[in-house]
Amino acid sequence: MVKQISVFIENKSGRMAEATRAISDAGVNIRALAVADTSELGVLRLICDDMDKALGALKDAGFTATANNVIAAQVPDRPGGLADLLEKLRDNGINVEYLYAYFTKTTDNAVVIIRVDDKEKTAETLEGGGIRLLSPEEVYSV
Amino acid sequence: MAAIIWDRENECLTESKRKELQLEKLKLLVTKLYEKVPHYRKSFDAAGVKPGDLNRLEDLAKFPFTTKEDLAANYPFGMLAEPMEKIVRVHASSGTTGKPKVAGYTKNDIKMWAEVMARTFTCAGLTSSDIIQNAYGYGLFTGGLGAHYGGERLGATVIPISGGNTKRQLLIMQDFGSTALCATPSYALLLFEKAAEAGVDIDKLKVHTGIFGAEMWSEAMRREIEKKTGINAIDIYGLTEIIGPGVASECLEKKYLHVFDDHFLPEIIDPETLEPVATGEEGELVFTTLDKEGFPLLRYRTRDITSLHPGECACGRTSVRMERVKGRSDDMLIIRGVNVYPSQVESLLVAIDDVEPHYQIVVDRQKSMDTLEIWVEVSEKIFSDEIKGLETLERKIKSELDSALLISTKIKLVEPKTIKRSEGKAVRIVDKRNI
Repeated sequence: MVKQISVFIENKSGRMAEATRAISDAGVNIRALAVADTSELGVLRLICDDMDKALGALKDAGFTATANNVIAAQVPDRPGGLADLLEKLRDNGINVEYLYAYFTKTTDNAVVIIRVDDKEKTAETLEGGGIRLLSPEEVYSV
Repeated sequence: MAAIIWDRENECLTESKRKELQLEKLKLLVTKLYEKVPHYRKSFDAAGVKPGDLNRLEDLAKFPFTTKEDLAANYPFGMLAEPMEKIVRVHASSGTTGKPKVAGYTKNDIKMWAEVMARTFTCAGLTSSDIIQNAYGYGLFTGGLGAHYGGERLGATVIPISGGNTKRQLLIMQDFGSTALCATPSYALLLFEKAAEAGVDIDKLKVHTGIFGAEMWSEAMRREIEKKTGINAIDIYGLTEIIGPGVASECLEKKYLHVFDDHFLPEIIDPETLEPVATGEEGELVFTTLDKEGFPLLRYRTRDITSLHPGECACGRTSVRMERVKGRSDDMLIIRGVNVYPSQVESLLVAIDDVEPHYQIVVDRQKSMDTLEIWVEVSEKIFSDEIKGLETLERKIKSELDSALLISTKIKLVEPKTIKRSEGKAVRIVDKRNI
């Protein structure tokens, strides 16, 4: 299963910089990143080329950080690529908690990271619908 | 002009007469406590004293103190000296744990309470022709009902509006022509600020006196209130354990508070050595209730810091006077009239699944109202990668705390180690109020 790191960030200046610096100081490269926030706090979600090292570096720097499972799906980089995927989930009654996407350097596809409750059903639905899911190695090394 | 005094006989006793009366009541009290309250039998025995050892007022110092921990250990009714069929009412205020401090009153206690509150109102210059807007909260809190019964005893008109709802307070104040306001000083200030904002002509309001208590306030705040409103702002003192409001009150001299010492005998001790301090010196206030029936207390440590000043006042009263309360010898906070102990916040927090006791209480005064913010460090156990999850956690903590503390809190989730540790010990309270 593909993992992502989630970091608790208070809404105060410099914290995002400190979190990303902690990761870079560990020699880890960030592949994808998304931030969710309210007026007072935020959650930074990350995918890196070395997840264990990144998680350790964040914790050492005093951040509350956890690793959790997500689904990484490959979608074609064209209009409707993402909509097709989301419709399949909707038609199967799967609720998306959040998602974010990024491009890869080497292919014409985008990668969508999806956080859902029922990962198995989501995986079956997407694969059954002809959408390729990426392995952890593929995601971390894009 | 001589001040009007509600109970001239008892408020203007000669020193020898007062001491005689106090000693007589005290002898009866220690006997009653020893016979009727198991806690006191144990504590007297442990201290090696018997009721018969009390022969002079000075002998009181040989007897053990009563603490809030004693109240918690005997929760809820273990400290009562009368059977429940004699108890006609209970009140409560926050304790150091999640459980409140409980006070039980007999019919006579309620009557005496009304008397001391009538004295309080008279001290403040009120008479039966006044219309008292009582904005102290009605309920378990002693403020509302205490002032209510006292106002009726005085023969004044009482408007039992209770706390909150500022708009309605202003409407009633204008339409009913309230002449006196009972409230916490911070709420009074807020009320008058809102009145000004709403375009109310403060000079046209009939309110001439404020009877303010239930929280610490300063001479500077009094000056501000009086300047803004033109009213007489009177400081009163009381606590649930002793009776509620009505333990002491300022007279129109507005220098010290008259302790109604024919009912409540004050002492000042050094909170470290527990020894009495010299007359006039500052220390912790200790009270013995001389004739309360339901919930009598011997040498109860209030934790309030003040000093005592004997001698006749210009108003004619001879009861001992106490200085305005200056602080606490423990960490209790008073927020909008409500007692809050950090230990209570802690026990509530750890009772919530996976929440660790890494917290800080931040008290501030915004627009003259006290605010209570509780910072909780987010550990991995309670962290959720979904905002929804964090918001749910915040709401859950808030609802647990609000319902137990009886005050609205704001919860702020913070990163680990945000809370400053001094010498390894976390700083639990940040009080930004300038009292």
